[in-house]
Amino acid sequence: MRTIGAAAGLAVLWLLMSGVYKPLVIGFGAVSVLIAVYVSRRMDAVDGNRIQLALKPFVFLGYFIWLLGEIAKANWAVTKIVLSPTMTLRQHLFLTSYSQKTDLGQVIFANSITLTPGTISVEVEEGEFLVHAVNFCDEDLDALAEMDRRVSTTEAVPS
Amino acid sequence: MSAVVEIASWAFILAGSFFSIVGAVGIVRFPDFWSRLHAASISESAGMILLIVGMCLQAGWTLVTVKLLIIGIFLFITGPTATHAVANAALTTGLRPKEAEGLVGAEPRSAKKS
Repeated sequence: MRTIGAAAGLAVLWLLMSGVYKPLVIGFGAVSVLIAVYVSRRMDAVDGNRIQLALKPFVFLGYFIWLLGEIAKANWAVTKIVLSPTMTLRQHLFLTSYSQKTDLGQVIFANSITLTPGTISVEVEEGEFLVHAVNFCDEDLDALAEMDRRVSTTEAVPS
Repeated sequence: MSAVVEIASWAFILAGSFFSIVGAVGIVRFPDFWSRLHAASISESAGMILLIVGMCLQAGWTLVTVKLLIIGIFLFITGPTATHAVANAALTTGLRPKEAEGLVGAEPRSAKKS
């Protein structure tokens, strides 16, 4: 079942990427899909390390749209710093706690921190991220707590 | 209709170029390594997203748009990961940002093994 799914996914990807629908090219595509599936099946016998996407798709889509808005706001804030003549920086390294259970949720939260300009996740600690802010203000902590809460709602915790 | 799409597409591309240039200016103007990382992330997020949306509008409903979206998704994931890797390497080698007045920076609790 998983093999058929993988083959279908790879075939669709090939068709989208190539865009040339001649028998020869499609034949190449079919052969490479078969080889890829065969190799991955063999590897699966050795390495059963499977990735599970424990996400709620629609909640995640909502989070993604919210994140785009945050990125826009943060970009504008940093752009103003870059273009201002004086460039007042308030650099600060601080800890912010995360509440995600899954690795994927933590990755999404850390990447979201880095994606919004002005904050970069630097190090993963036990239950906390070390975050660097270029223009730190106390609202940053609230904003990150809000982001943390929103990321946690997208998680579908495996039971 | 096509004129509207054309104008919107150019607006996105121009805005994306603007943010890319702002990011480049920031890399030159900012004083040290840590602040420069933030300038780079402007080009990486706003610049990249706006340029890709603009190019998608130019391409219309074609395979090119699909490829652009796939490029966008990959950049969206790999960009911050790469920034994190660079920042983490700097932290591990002992580089610390210049803290603002009245603020004390947090220190990593665990020294990284390996």
